[in-house]
Amino acid sequence: MLSKKSIIGIESLEKEDIGLVLANADSFLEISGRDVKKVPVLRGKTIANLFFEPSTRTKTSFEIAAKRLSADIINFSSSTSSVVKGESIVDTLKTILSMNVDMVIMRHSDSGAVKIADSFVEVPVINAGDGKNQHPTQALLDLYTINKVFGKFKGLKVAIVGDFINSRVAGSNINLFKKMGMDITIVSPTILLPEDFSKMDVRHCIDDVIEESDIIYILRMQFERQDRKFYPSIMEYNRFLSLNMERLGRMKPGSIVMHPGPVNRGIEITDEVMETRGKLREKIVIERQVTYGVAIRMALIYLILGQ
Amino acid sequence: MEEKAHILGKNDIERIVSRISHEILEKNRGPENLIFIGLQKRGVPLSGRIAGNIEKFEGIKIKTGKLDITFYRDDIGHNIKPVSQITDISFDIEGKNIILVDDVLYTGRTIRAAMDALIDFGRPKSIQLIVLIDRGHRELPIRADYVGKNLPTSRSESVEVKLRETDGVEDSVTVVKKEE
Repeated sequence: MLSKKSIIGIESLEKEDIGLVLANADSFLEISGRDVKKVPVLRGKTIANLFFEPSTRTKTSFEIAAKRLSADIINFSSSTSSVVKGESIVDTLKTILSMNVDMVIMRHSDSGAVKIADSFVEVPVINAGDGKNQHPTQALLDLYTINKVFGKFKGLKVAIVGDFINSRVAGSNINLFKKMGMDITIVSPTILLPEDFSKMDVRHCIDDVIEESDIIYILRMQFERQDRKFYPSIMEYNRFLSLNMERLGRMKPGSIVMHPGPVNRGIEITDEVMETRGKLREKIVIERQVTYGVAIRMALIYLILGQ
Repeated sequence: MEEKAHILGKNDIERIVSRISHEILEKNRGPENLIFIGLQKRGVPLSGRIAGNIEKFEGIKIKTGKLDITFYRDDIGHNIKPVSQITDISFDIEGKNIILVDDVLYTGRTIRAAMDALIDFGRPKSIQLIVLIDRGHRELPIRADYVGKNLPTSRSESVEVKLRETDGVEDSVTVVKKEE
């Protein structure tokens, strides 16, 4: 079983926990490929999917994962709930938990909100993204994708490209990739970097890493989290940081492109790259990440609730 | 204190596997429409060996699959095996005669779970069961169609099956008695 009751951040997961999640994910991937995509393992358990910030894919992924395990899942979004009436998060949680919920999956726009929620409730909590802080299940599904493609982690060269100051994916992924022995390069303009990145290997143009990297991990440009404008223009972003066909063509054999989604087409990845067919298409594993995301979330929920 | 009793060795197991292979052909009047499904994990090599024998006797290819029953157990919340093994049934089982293969038959709960899991893949014509060891103490109305060896045991004992494919040692069956 996992060493922690809740999954709030990557740093609290032991290597054994990560191994256990990855080892179980293969079974859940197989189940998702069946005609009858359901096993009875969590029958009778109730999970609350609490999204205090809009999301489609993560919310849907958790919902499908829970349903394939036969758990009942209730969706709760801030726009359709009492939160708009001024109910606090703690009160909302207390209300939901009074209905005997066995697990809470939570997303919130404030960093640290999920950790606070976890300290208030007895049941396990999974962080589905909190502000600019962490998105641990994204990091785990990315790790699983890398495992499926390369079959190893140690020594793989990963370049993470884009907006670090507003990204919760970056926080979790850097932590997890480092823990697994991967070699990380950061590609970002200084203006999109947090101050504490000085000790990392930082480049400012994607051309510096495109040929030598095994994995080009492209972050989403987080316009929705930029209360002030951080980056001057899309044209300039395209010139230094975007993945276009010419750059895709220079990537080494066997290397891959990852993105947590949803992609801002024409900003971090061009339309042509997203639509490309033929040999280069295999490099783009964004859809596989989504498929593997369901398997990883099934594994996590099973390992937490199935004990 | 632990006391071990040797029950079967490599040659005994080989003879049992060979005998059961013949029994299956006899009872089913040939190998047509048969599919072997081994239960993870020691049922998998056993089913492979029996299917291999039948292929040799009859000169036709026999389909084999693997089934993991972790997510169908009725004791989730009591004692769980955290790491699930892979299930691999990459063919249609509709209308087939399924031969389930496991190493030890005890309470019958694993076989109940296996039948539930299997039926999620389709509606077989029949399900038959092979076990290497039947140690008794059934808690469900389940019996095996082909038994390698009936082995009366007490509940405080455990039956250890080792197979070269899964354990990397010579085939053997041992009863371990745990004393206070």
